Amino acid sequence: MALLEARGLTKIFGKLTALNGAELSVEQNEFHGLIGPNGSGKSTLMKCIAGAEVATAGTVTFGGRDITQAPPAERARAGMSLKFQITSVLPALTLYDNVLLALQAQTSLPSLLFSRTRGVLHDRVMAMLEQFRLVDHAASPAAALSHGQQQWLEIAMALAPEPKLLLLDEPTGGMSLEERRVTGELLQPIKKRCSLVIVEHDLDFIRDICDRLTVLDQGSVLDCGSVRHIQSSPKVQEVYLRRA
Amino acid sequence: MEVAVLTIGVLLPLVLQDYLTIYATRVLILCLFALSFDLVWGYAGIMSFGQAVFFGSAGYGVALIARDLGVTSMLLVLPAGLLIGFTFALLLGGFLLLGRHQSSVIFVSLGTLTGSYAADRVARGWYYLGGQNGIPSIPSMSLGSYDLDEGPVFYYFALAILLLVYLLCRFLVGSQFGLALAGLRENEQRIKFFGYRVQRLKAIIFSFAGAIAGLAGSLFAFHEGFVWPNMLGVVMSTQVVLYVLFGGAGTLIGAVIGTVVIEALSFWLSNSYQDIWPIILGVLLLLVILFRPAGLISLIVSERERVGNFGRPPKERPHGPA
Repeated sequence: MALLEARGLTKIFGKLTALNGAELSVEQNEFHGLIGPNGSGKSTLMKCIAGAEVATAGTVTFGGRDITQAPPAERARAGMSLKFQITSVLPALTLYDNVLLALQAQTSLPSLLFSRTRGVLHDRVMAMLEQFRLVDHAASPAAALSHGQQQWLEIAMALAPEPKLLLLDEPTGGMSLEERRVTGELLQPIKKRCSLVIVEHDLDFIRDICDRLTVLDQGSVLDCGSVRHIQSSPKVQEVYLRRA
Repeated sequence: MEVAVLTIGVLLPLVLQDYLTIYATRVLILCLFALSFDLVWGYAGIMSFGQAVFFGSAGYGVALIARDLGVTSMLLVLPAGLLIGFTFALLLGGFLLLGRHQSSVIFVSLGTLTGSYAADRVARGWYYLGGQNGIPSIPSMSLGSYDLDEGPVFYYFALAILLLVYLLCRFLVGSQFGLALAGLRENEQRIKFFGYRVQRLKAIIFSFAGAIAGLAGSLFAFHEGFVWPNMLGVVMSTQVVLYVLFGGAGTLIGAVIGTVVIEALSFWLSNSYQDIWPIILGVLLLLVILFRPAGLISLIVSERERVGNFGRPPKERPHGPA
């Protein structure tokens, strides 16, 4: 059984149909890329999966459980984690506190009040910062980081609670070529731990890290399959050539 | 800073005349009230324009207990005040914050403002509550056979309660729960995607702050000896907003300093400039809010200190995390 199944997802904003019966299936430990031209519905599909938007029609099941109507917090507690398209770290808090905040989200209220898990989570916070090459800035406010480092911090925050599924919306947006290369390196090791759905415009980047791709066009799935299959798909080529 | 303020607080009755000690006691109780608003706005980012509902309802509640049941023991009336403030905050907070959809800042501020206005009107129109005149001649609070009348003893009692509540709040905002509140204040949208049940978190801190406002209201009722509808109304609710904005929202000591400075200025200006003192005070408040939006406390405390640290990497704390 697939970890994530989205069936017939439709999202309508007023007169605009952003998603029109989109489908997505993601297996355990699979890296799955969502590509498509601007306005094809990639981010809307991510939002419907994460709970930032509620689908007008269709269903989302995660680990066999129907989460179509579940609020974002319940989806996160079920093991889903999201990195937004627009960086949304908490700028006034230190990097350490940003990661701790993400890690302690499922701690019980009495434990939060008496700070019972602060010591236990300390090593995990430091390990996450180390993994994303941010440990030297642990005591600095997140606002002091470069854009690329803020993107890494946000990925670290999304990954810290050890989710079953990580949703990354344009993780390399605004990054330099070197930062993109490093981001690819940072993401590879997580394959052993969780599945990934990634929206990205950089096709070279997405080709290098993904197992399968889904191509969206005008809110519907145009094609889905391995990277090689998508690269040789006439339908996909036609859409990209049409937009070029 | 905190130690300096506490030292001044302890020594004050030794140098003040009795009538000024009574005034200072009132200020201490208002500091307690300001702490409650600071928790919801300064720490959790919930804009409550109705904090006086919990302050006033507890005041009325203990006044009725004293008048109708003859109960004045502080061991009963102060917990009763706490409970009344907590219950009213839980009811109003539950209605405003625990809906199916997330409440906007405007919805919560207008909702609490309306609650405060409505409570004021109900008290003015309800004969049982004394109508416009409120409830006068509340007997003194007691402990065994000892009556706690206004004066130095009441002052030190209020100071002790303020210190206890202050330390409790300090513990709370410095804990992992405090970090969750900081996340709530900084980016509520983001933290729900980590798994935080933000509405529940808001209702908890709102109710807790309501209990503190209730404690302040019950102390105020016994100190002043009467309660009146303004204690529940918009003026009182706005006054506490000004205390905290003036001193510095998001710092506990800022709420205390703001209350003390505004009340001391009001006292001095009303004696020295009887006709125009509200205008002078209003201009001063505007100047601080315009040029020091982080409040007076920002003159001595950096933004970094104001936001706070909840965990520290080992470089800064060689013996590991707190």
